[in-house]
Amino acid sequence: MIRIKYVRQATLAALFAALPWAAQAQVKVGVTVSSTGPAASLGIPERNTVDLLPKEVAGQKIEWIVLDDATDLTQAVKNMRKLVSEDKADVVIGSSATPGSIAMVDVAAETGTPMISVAASVKIVDPVDDKRKWAFKTPQNDALMAGALVDAMVKAKVKTLGFIGFADAYGESWLDETKKAAEAKGIKLVGAEKYGRTDTSVTGQVLKLTSARPDAILIAGSGTPAALPQKELRARNYGGIIYQTHGVANGDFLRVCGKDCDGMILPAGPLLVAAQLPDDNQVKKSALAYIDAYEKVHGAGSVSTFGGHMWDAGQLVVAALPVALKSGAQPGTPAFRKALRDALENVKELAVSQGVFNMSPTDHAGFDQRARVMVKVQGGKWVYQPGL
Amino acid sequence: MDSSIALILLQDGLVNGAIYALLGMALVLVFAVTRVIFIPQGEFVTFGALTLAMLVDGKVPGTVYLLLLLGGLVLLQELIRALRSGQWTALPRTLLACVLLPAVLFWLTRRLASPDTSLWMDMLLTLLLIVPMGGMIHRVVYRPLAEASVLVLLITSVAVHFVLVGLGLVFFGAEGWRTPAFIDGQIDLGLTSWSAQSLFVIGTAVVLIGALWLFFGKTLYGRALRATAVNRRGARLVGISTDMSGGLTFTLAALLGAVSGILIAPLTTIYYDTGFLIGLKGFVGAIIGALASYPAAAAGAIFVGLLEAFSSFWASAYKEVIVFTLIIPVLLWLSLRAGPAHDEE
Repeated sequence: MIRIKYVRQATLAALFAALPWAAQAQVKVGVTVSSTGPAASLGIPERNTVDLLPKEVAGQKIEWIVLDDATDLTQAVKNMRKLVSEDKADVVIGSSATPGSIAMVDVAAETGTPMISVAASVKIVDPVDDKRKWAFKTPQNDALMAGALVDAMVKAKVKTLGFIGFADAYGESWLDETKKAAEAKGIKLVGAEKYGRTDTSVTGQVLKLTSARPDAILIAGSGTPAALPQKELRARNYGGIIYQTHGVANGDFLRVCGKDCDGMILPAGPLLVAAQLPDDNQVKKSALAYIDAYEKVHGAGSVSTFGGHMWDAGQLVVAALPVALKSGAQPGTPAFRKALRDALENVKELAVSQGVFNMSPTDHAGFDQRARVMVKVQGGKWVYQPGL
Repeated sequence: MDSSIALILLQDGLVNGAIYALLGMALVLVFAVTRVIFIPQGEFVTFGALTLAMLVDGKVPGTVYLLLLLGGLVLLQELIRALRSGQWTALPRTLLACVLLPAVLFWLTRRLASPDTSLWMDMLLTLLLIVPMGGMIHRVVYRPLAEASVLVLLITSVAVHFVLVGLGLVFFGAEGWRTPAFIDGQIDLGLTSWSAQSLFVIGTAVVLIGALWLFFGKTLYGRALRATAVNRRGARLVGISTDMSGGLTFTLAALLGAVSGILIAPLTTIYYDTGFLIGLKGFVGAIIGALASYPAAAAGAIFVGLLEAFSSFWASAYKEVIVFTLIIPVLLWLSLRAGPAHDEE
């Protein structure tokens, strides 16, 4: 009898020990970023940021699986398929650039896997149809930023605007948004020029633009290639205001541009000037938390806004996971992925490093005005401009 | 467009054209002597520019490690060859050139890498670091393939190009670099004022082209290269080592690339992958010279530079299209002129 009791107790104990294991199948988050290739300057800080994200939320272990897609659309799709089918990822974050992200949306819908893009284009999540209902994104929409820029132009009494941007989707998107926003406020676009990321000279484009004598010029480029027209404009003694986009907001840009960038104005995520924000700003605390975490590992001044988008994607997952777990579905199952998607769609008032998320069935980007600030470059530093 | 704009565009086009001309001539040289279409030519430009930028910034550029690595590979190859053939006479020279020289340069770079080093010193060091790579790459990659077909050599070039671009990302990071101008100020040339820097670029290109002309016309080695270019087998019959010619050619190509890189570094931001496009425009120039004529290649490259400058003014969105479409009529004309049968040697 005693023996049987022991056996029973042992079995029960073993069952109880096993229970949490069964209940706690690991949540897997797949990440595909462009650590190499043309978007490497975005992908590298994003990859670094993944290491800083929590490995456990609400008693639930999270496994982060990071792959490199080399800024290649096909590779991004391959990575996504691998993450979903082989690793059984519950959610996929990526990719760094717009083309890869848009291609991944199809796989997300086909396999019923929520994805969070860290690329900027609004086309990834808008309109939220049957396909895009699985896609979310963390960077600010170009329209949000273009609106802020045009508001600043109105305040500076700009009447005519010149535009020079990348000859690719980034430049095109900005040209569209700027045109729409500017014309609504009565600002006339007097010239639009294109240049390539790897171009070594923009003299021709700049001469053409300045010959139209616009009050202000907007340079729509990302990363250090956006310094080239800025330097050329200064070399041609252009006297108007020079605006740039949030695509330039990293330290390398200032290093390459040097004193030629003094006085230029751009809209940016609050992360860029987090320390200068007033204490009552909702984003300040969460932005500083990211900066602390990143700079503790990679050194002071190493943080970039691109890494912030990955951090924010991580925060979304962290916020949605407990909700999805409550639904009772097991991680690794289609039901859990669906629950996670629903939870992501219902994230409300979540302050992250770049703004405050309010997701809804019609808005999978979720940012509002709190996700943008105007910044001026002064003495080689980003300076917060509440008045602009 | 008024005349002042045209003059500025002219200046811009000439400066870029001068760089393309140097690269175009390097491509013609390499193809004539070794039948290699040297796609990685642009990588010497990036390596030169970014090595200089790193040195100016007071950092040790990754290229010193690449030099050590390449030297080690050459030594390994030489050892295997010596073991197989039993001829050890070439080994001391290899040790000297591929182990001792990179080691000395490594030591020198680590000592000199500080922001206080003068710009000219950094430039010299950059040349010393990049130029030997030309010969080493030839020794490691192309010499074992010397008798292969043009197609195999071309495919090899593509592979070398990707390896070097990847290494460039590792060495220099994804973001671009710029160096300060070597010479500040503007020089008034009557019609328009030219920046001293762009005059320096054009001047250096002209001097280099002149030096090449002297080298090929007046020196024994230059004539040996020309002989190899005309007829490899004939050159070997009169005692010219095609291995030597190949090594020398690649060293010259590396020199031209590195100088172009140093010249262009203050004018624009250079990224680890910029070299390819610059090299490609040099290639368009070289094609205009039918990969055979140096003056035609140089003239073609300058034309590419001018075309690029003016098309960036008139139709910036189609600039690249216009430049590269140039190849089609040129190729058409070349093939009409050459006739259908044009076999390899």
